[in-house]
Amino acid sequence: MSTLPVSHSKAAEAFLADKPYVSWHDETLWFVRSKRDKAARSVPEWETLRELASAVKAHTLSRLDEYLVQFESNAKKNGIHVHWANDAAEHNSIITEILRSHNVQKVVKSKSMLTEECGLNPYLAERGISVIDTDLGEYIVQLRNEHPSHIVLPAIHLKKEAVSDTFHEHLHTEKNNNDPVYLTRSARTVLRNHFITADAAITGVNFAVAETGGFVICTNEGNADMGAHASKLHIACMGFEKIIPRAEDLGIFLRLLARSATGQPVTTYSSHFHRPAPGQELHLVLVNNGRARQLGRPEFRNSLKCIRCAACFNTCPVYRRSGGHSYHNAVAGPIGAILAPNLDMKNNADLPFASTLCGSCTNVCPVKINIHEQLWSWRQVLMKEGYGGKAKEAAMKTMAAVLSKPGLFVRTANTARKLMRAVPWLFNNKLNPWYRQREMPSAPAQSFKTWYKKNRNEQQG
Amino acid sequence: MSSRDEILSMIRENRPAFSPLPEIPVFIHEKPLAEWFTETLTGIGGKVVHLKDTGEVETRIQQQHGGVINTTDLSAAAKYRHATAQELEAVDTVIVPGIIAVAENAAVWVNEKDMINRLLPFICRQLIIIVQLTDLVPDMHSAYKKIRIDEAGFGVFIAGPSKTADIEQSLVIGAHGPLAMEVWFVGE
Ligand code: SF4
Repeated sequence: MSTLPVSHSKAAEAFLADKPYVSWHDETLWFVRSKRDKAARSVPEWETLRELASAVKAHTLSRLDEYLVQFESNAKKNGIHVHWANDAAEHNSIITEILRSHNVQKVVKSKSMLTEECGLNPYLAERGISVIDTDLGEYIVQLRNEHPSHIVLPAIHLKKEAVSDTFHEHLHTEKNNNDPVYLTRSARTVLRNHFITADAAITGVNFAVAETGGFVICTNEGNADMGAHASKLHIACMGFEKIIPRAEDLGIFLRLLARSATGQPVTTYSSHFHRPAPGQELHLVLVNNGRARQLGRPEFRNSLKCIRCAACFNTCPVYRRSGGHSYHNAVAGPIGAILAPNLDMKNNADLPFASTLCGSCTNVCPVKINIHEQLWSWRQVLMKEGYGGKAKEAAMKTMAAVLSKPGLFVRTANTARKLMRAVPWLFNNKLNPWYRQREMPSAPAQSFKTWYKKNRNEQQG
Repeated sequence: MSSRDEILSMIRENRPAFSPLPEIPVFIHEKPLAEWFTETLTGIGGKVVHLKDTGEVETRIQQQHGGVINTTDLSAAAKYRHATAQELEAVDTVIVPGIIAVAENAAVWVNEKDMINRLLPFICRQLIIIVQLTDLVPDMHSAYKKIRIDEAGFGVFIAGPSKTADIEQSLVIGAHGPLAMEVWFVGE
């Protein structure tokens, strides 16, 4: 995202122009959210797991430096080369150095939002190293010269017709064959060839375990494993907040991650890397890029607990109706709106205003991050720093447009209504422009729609 | 100052007050494990087969078609230890032993020592994992108690065949890894 970002409100307006498309996007994500609900309900100890996950992360943050040192020393004993990068530029140059020293021409990459955050792909391309994104969704957006619009479902903004056109153009698949199985198999064939001919693999990391000095990668497609095991060189990149203390902590996080993300009981592959394969070299890059600064902000440090499940995206009425690209940040959605101002306060000042503060994100977050409260806190900080004014005004307009359309917002509104009764100040406040736009009535005990349904049923019954 | 020391000193300065590390409790599950596992694996596109003893396993292995690599037969499979992706790309079926099977999510733990070559469980078209019925546990917590994740250089929980829903959320079984996956339980 090298060019100056278009504001969230402008981008959202453009997104909203195509009404059937917006409804489709809204419903597709709501479908994912519903799957998450079903999966969560099937685990009786779900709330205990969320408490545990949040507590493990809180503990880790309170001893983060010690766990990183412990991890580094164990990883080195395992034969992993450990690198430290203070910012995106250093991350990119470390990786380039490693690739150059191995004369790498072609790299296969599995999903890593960190490399997206650091702009690694264009950086390597400028230096003559070609990068193939191998997660199907990422591969699709890469062919289209776009960015992922969602951290778990990178191509969620695209209809299958668009994917078919893209594949027809680049992979010469049959024109207008929109069958997802056909399209997936076509990509499989092309990408298999890349896997077996690439010189190196770059992957992200989901969890790194301090006590054993290894790391875990979770995928459904098997692309991280195909890449990592087929290459003589594997470079894994992680933000340092991915560290957890013990192997047994993985039990908590793996039970929560996939269920929160897509409603699956677990991802197909949870791959634990500890030592390079015979004849292979394994590198790990630990990245700061503003995370230590965020750790020092008491009201925002909990954002570092995030395990990138995207449940908060799928449930967010604003995300669903404005699309990931409108957030002009590698990580979109509610959590992206908290992370982005830490990276660049001025250019991302609009994002914390792209929310109704309905609290749905906080309710679904598997590590219990107080997302909507942090969005609210960012607004105060941004106003104080003098970045809020224009952002707020623009957001006010968009929110009205995004949310005035009838749609699935009504489901989230039920949550909002409950919250309004509990904390009315959150809504009737000048830092929540959407609610400021109209004087907020006191929350009705039931919405008209609920009332109507109930009454109609009573009449019919 | 190196980036490492700079990062660590910033973290030291900014980290919050101590917060305790919780103990993970034991969760009690009532469901019968074998049924639970089968229901879960079937739900994610895999298949469960029950076999009485090693004799039945042998017979069933003989019935597999196409190119089969069976790492439960170590001496026969040893030659693939250093095989490259190009060499393995055409293999149809891979059979590997699993160490622990988890009922709640149908994941089976396989480690590098048993898979001979890290690529094998991923590059094949069909994956079969053979597990002793007595190695079935209810949840991930019990699984992590029974394995050592760094016992081998690489280990993986595998749950079902590879899959993707990246095109309009339509589930497609068979992404980059196997198109089909079976778990064979041995024992009564
Ligand atoms: S903030 Fe919570 S819900 Fe959102 S992606 Fe992170 S872990 Fe998931």
